[in-house]
Amino acid sequence: MATPTTPLWEVFIRSRNGLAHKHCGSLHACDATMALQAARDIFTRRGEGLSIWVVPSNAITASDPSEKGMMFEPAESKIYRHPTFYEIPEEVGHM
Amino acid sequence: MAAPSIKVSETPLVLYLLRRADDALILGHRLSEWCGHAPMLEEDMALANIGLDLLGQARELYTYAARVEGKGNDEDKLAYLRDVRQYRNLLLVEQPNGDFAHTMVRQFFYSVFADLYWRAMMKSSDATLAAIAARSEKESAYHVRHSSEWMLRLGDGTAQSHARAQTAIEDLWAFTGEMFALDQAERALVDAGIAIDPAAIRPQWLMTISNIIGQATLARAKGDWMQQGGRIGHHSEHLGHLLSELQSLPRTFPGARW
Amino acid sequence: MYTQALNASESDERQVEDAVRNAAFQARIDDEERIEPNDWMPAGYRKTLTRQISQHAHSEIVGMLPEGNWITRAPSLRRKAALLAKVQDECGHGLYLYAAAETLGTSREELVDAMLAGKAKYSSIFNYPTLTWADIGTIGWLVDGAAIMNQIPLCRCSYGPYARAMIRVCKEESFHQRQGFEIMLTLCRGSQEQKAMAQDALERWWWPVLMMFGPPDKVSQHGDVSTKWKIKRFSNDELRQKFVDATVPQAKFLGLTIPDPALRQDADGHWRYSEIDWDEFKQVLAGNGPCNRDRMAARRKAHDEGAWVREAAAAFAEKRKPRHAAQAAE
Repeated sequence: MATPTTPLWEVFIRSRNGLAHKHCGSLHACDATMALQAARDIFTRRGEGLSIWVVPSNAITASDPSEKGMMFEPAESKIYRHPTFYEIPEEVGHM
Repeated sequence: MAAPSIKVSETPLVLYLLRRADDALILGHRLSEWCGHAPMLEEDMALANIGLDLLGQARELYTYAARVEGKGNDEDKLAYLRDVRQYRNLLLVEQPNGDFAHTMVRQFFYSVFADLYWRAMMKSSDATLAAIAARSEKESAYHVRHSSEWMLRLGDGTAQSHARAQTAIEDLWAFTGEMFALDQAERALVDAGIAIDPAAIRPQWLMTISNIIGQATLARAKGDWMQQGGRIGHHSEHLGHLLSELQSLPRTFPGARW
Repeated sequence: MYTQALNASESDERQVEDAVRNAAFQARIDDEERIEPNDWMPAGYRKTLTRQISQHAHSEIVGMLPEGNWITRAPSLRRKAALLAKVQDECGHGLYLYAAAETLGTSREELVDAMLAGKAKYSSIFNYPTLTWADIGTIGWLVDGAAIMNQIPLCRCSYGPYARAMIRVCKEESFHQRQGFEIMLTLCRGSQEQKAMAQDALERWWWPVLMMFGPPDKVSQHGDVSTKWKIKRFSNDELRQKFVDATVPQAKFLGLTIPDPALRQDADGHWRYSEIDWDEFKQVLAGNGPCNRDRMAARRKAHDEGAWVREAAAAFAEKRKPRHAAQAAE
């Protein structure tokens, strides 16, 4: 009989100076409470974090890497979305 | 030639600090024995964290005790060169780890007390103690949470975990009374607002313990008789073995620096 | 280093794989692109990495034991705290690495079962005993020093999760070697007995540490694919030489003598060391080192005695699952 597996969780931490939660790893825990405690014990021993999110790994939907072209290349040619595309005379000042 | 024990001038505050420092050191040491042997890796991490917190508290308290004593001792002399009869920790913390249930029940009983204790001590009229209390309270709050969550999982997990947890409660109950005892040596400190009378926090402790034990589908132990003696150096047989190990190097190499 | 005793079976892989996909994959590798968990990869790449990363993880976990052996006897409170924190870090490293290995499709439980059954290996060095406090200093100085030599290039390995785990590990590892070296320094500046303790430890650990880097290049079998796939950036001998060159001056500084009377500096400044006893290495890998049986027994005991605890946590979680979610899943 195969050993039963413990659910996998992905851990996201927002650091002291950070604005967004960053993925920093994964861990095994039976429920959300234990996952949060384990995340605190494993990933914040050096003062890395102010906020932790734990998410069951199977709750995450990821884009298909083989569809990189379809998903992301069309944006590359639409440079009019970037501020540097537009020329503003210097006399106008900062914009 | 082994390094002999030091003599400590146990004035009231020094004695008071040694009692709390010894509690933290001995319990931290017990937890460190789990390192590499815990039921899962995540728990190796957690137990080490709790152990490190307690070790840190011990170091601060020993350092303060040595300063108050003013006889040139330091944290290491106090930890490594006092014998069993000079140690002042609670009997509860020197009990062997046993199985994971015993370790968690011991931690639960102690941490719920420690959290209430440190919170009350934040108002100590001794500024150093109040500062130590403020830092320690944050640590003990987490220890309460961690051990409480395990009490629930052990009590309301499987039949086996329930039985082990119940046995641990029965085995350790008689050591819980000592946490709330106040003796003559401490009375003056309480009157001066430096120390608290631990009896005052017992009702809250009992309520918290009972609440979690109930949620865990466990039962409190019966019986009122409580073990005592740790505070005056009358220890169980376990402490001698623990200290033999802990102190072996400085005892074997007198005066050596490490 | 963690490829010790990987057998050569991946060269026997006769997977019928799309030649075009393989070429595209190799092109990505050659371009220094990172391979991520959901990317297509040859079966051999997946298999090699799963074994290497998991053996690295096993090494961290078993590595907790020789050092853990001295936590209760650490001779000062400062050393006690540092050692407990270091061993805790090793546990954390094991966790990061198991997580990285799992992204390749094998569960942590399966990986651990393989180790406990003796089917998967861990680094040979952890089969040696820690006999004195000086061993703890020596492990930090030399074993962690060797590990760092190996881990820094791995931060650039082609597989994303492994590289990221290594970056995290390297950040934490820097205190480990310093802690060890400081212990050695204190001993060497201490009493005659302490200095002798340090010298004795160096003599027992030097050659096993050199063996950590694996067999000499002329003998090593799986270098080719690992190099082609940018898992391995430097050869065993290259890393070993780098390590010796860095360490000889450190030993001199400590006033210790490396147990290699023929150790000589060559015209290029490299320290040439004597022939290593590869028979000892083979024996240790085969399970006949001083502590193999003890290490395995300790890990099996922890695992077996902890089973009821893990079951309790799982049972509790099952009981607490929201009833509507359980019903929706049916």
